[in-house]
Amino acid sequence: MTSTSDRTGAAADTLRGGPRRRRVRSGVPLPLLFPALIGLAFLVVPLIALLVRTPWHSLPEQLTSPDVWQALQLSLICATAATAVSLILGVPLAWLLARVEFPGRGLLRALVTLPLVLPPVVGGVALLMALGRNGIVGQWLDSWFGITLPFTTTGVVIAEAFVAMPFLVISVEGTLRAADPRYEEAATTLGASRFTAFRRVTLPLIAPGIAAGAVLAWARALGEFGATITFAGNFPGRTQTMPLAVYLALQSDPEAAIALSLVLLAVSIAVLAGLRDRWMSAG
Amino acid sequence: MTETYDVRADTTLEGLDARLVVDRGAFRLDVALTVAPGEVVALLGPNGAGKTTALRALAGLTPLTDGHLRLDGAELDRTPPESRPVGVVFQDYLLFPHLTALDNVAFGPRCQGAAKAQARARAAEWLDRLGLTDHAGAKPRKLSGGQAQRVALARALATRPRLLLLDEPLAALDARTRLEVRAQLRRHLAEFEAVAVLVTHDPLDAMVLADRLVVVEHGRVVQQGSPADIARHPRTDYIAQLVGLNLYRGEADGHTVRLDGGPAITTTEDLSGPVYVAFPPGAVTLHRDRPTGSSARNLWRCEVAGLETHGDQIRADLAGELPLAADLTTVAAAELDLHPGAEVWATVKATQTHAYPV
Repeated sequence: MTSTSDRTGAAADTLRGGPRRRRVRSGVPLPLLFPALIGLAFLVVPLIALLVRTPWHSLPEQLTSPDVWQALQLSLICATAATAVSLILGVPLAWLLARVEFPGRGLLRALVTLPLVLPPVVGGVALLMALGRNGIVGQWLDSWFGITLPFTTTGVVIAEAFVAMPFLVISVEGTLRAADPRYEEAATTLGASRFTAFRRVTLPLIAPGIAAGAVLAWARALGEFGATITFAGNFPGRTQTMPLAVYLALQSDPEAAIALSLVLLAVSIAVLAGLRDRWMSAG
Repeated sequence: MTETYDVRADTTLEGLDARLVVDRGAFRLDVALTVAPGEVVALLGPNGAGKTTALRALAGLTPLTDGHLRLDGAELDRTPPESRPVGVVFQDYLLFPHLTALDNVAFGPRCQGAAKAQARARAAEWLDRLGLTDHAGAKPRKLSGGQAQRVALARALATRPRLLLLDEPLAALDARTRLEVRAQLRRHLAEFEAVAVLVTHDPLDAMVLADRLVVVEHGRVVQQGSPADIARHPRTDYIAQLVGLNLYRGEADGHTVRLDGGPAITTTEDLSGPVYVAFPPGAVTLHRDRPTGSSARNLWRCEVAGLETHGDQIRADLAGELPLAADLTTVAAAELDLHPGAEVWATVKATQTHAYPV
């Protein structure tokens, strides 16, 4: 193995800069190339299949049906609201994790990241235990304010924010750590309070990181299924978002499911295009 | 902002009076500093001496472990940095990259409560004073090193500080810009009516910009005085090296100074007790063979430890009974066939040495 790669490396060296430089590419070893191509096909073929099987002739009709519109509208509103909640709560949380030294910070960061790897259904169950009508917080909301969160549109927003906020926090915290904290010090020596320094100096400096985090969170919220169906249920017009509608339609009306899926695919591509400059240019 | 310190409450208390003590594990900074309004003081010292820590303590960015900090008679040691009448020019300027030069300068006045238009007008005034009007709309990355330095100075001055701090103000500039900016900065500092403290490891910057030098080594003040005084009477090896002098300490008895654990040096001064003896490397004459009939009173046998070019001169680093530096021309070096390890005799005339009490 070593000798093979050595020889490949030497061959590449002799060819580097020469007119036959393209030969280097054919030097990719088969044990790497083969699984790589299968992996590529594995990721791309399902998407092609979706396009191939799309009922293009009936698509306009499918997409203009009131049910689809309702689900799409609800999805966009809830995902946007969940992103707003994530921004309002998540950016300060990211700042706390990145800039303030306190005992247990590592543990707190681990807790914040947990929803990233937690199965969303478990998240939904956990939300029910916390905010459900008999939940440890929810029972007080119910008896004091008459507020019920599960199985409402607000519940959808909460479920989506629970799952999406960690993406934003991680992204913003990373940007904050990379940003030079001495800019905040410079602002302080100019008479800015710590909050003013954050608002007028730090925030603009980390804006690209916040934008990327917000887009990630929004995309995650838009596709959220498990936590939503567990915590908010599946009521058309109230809590039935696009992914839920897709799942339901697949059992009764596959063509509608495909049409809905196509819309979500288009949104995903748009998101990727929006983040293009940030990630696609890596390397 | 202004209510936290009472300007000119007592004219005898004007200026800076501080004793900065900062404990950082094994390192301890303990520096006393008194500076009058209008005076420019340079903290000069090698890297790691604690100069920047002292500056941060003055700005309130590093808390004092002990000591005190009074500015114009007001206690500042418990005042947070944003409420101190202190302006800082950071080493790499730290201009806010998302703001124009004008808005960078207007930042301070804005934080002090000025309306946006008023703050901008004040900023424009400062930019004008520093000859930057043409660059008011430029983002920091479009500015040259010298321009960025001036914007940083304007930003610090726009808050009307009673204490101006400059951290290695010229270190980020290339050699040519440095010359020009040094002269400008000297002019602006001379115009500044309050206390200015700058930190540098460059003796030339310190001597050109400051009225008084405070030399800091290992967290302590080892010497202070006017640039000329320090250049003539260095008291540590570090300063002697900076100003290019050979420096020794010993016990004087008349015209002879017996060095601590070394030979004696004959001087022209008539002193007794502990003294320093200094002489420039150019005062040393080297010979390959023991000179006979030389009028020089001081003669030592040395070995060449190293050679390096200094402009059109060669600086020989000599080891032996008296470690010293000697300057000679390249021609002389070639004639003497100097090379590391070569044995030489060094002579210095008594009239070229300078002895002064410790």
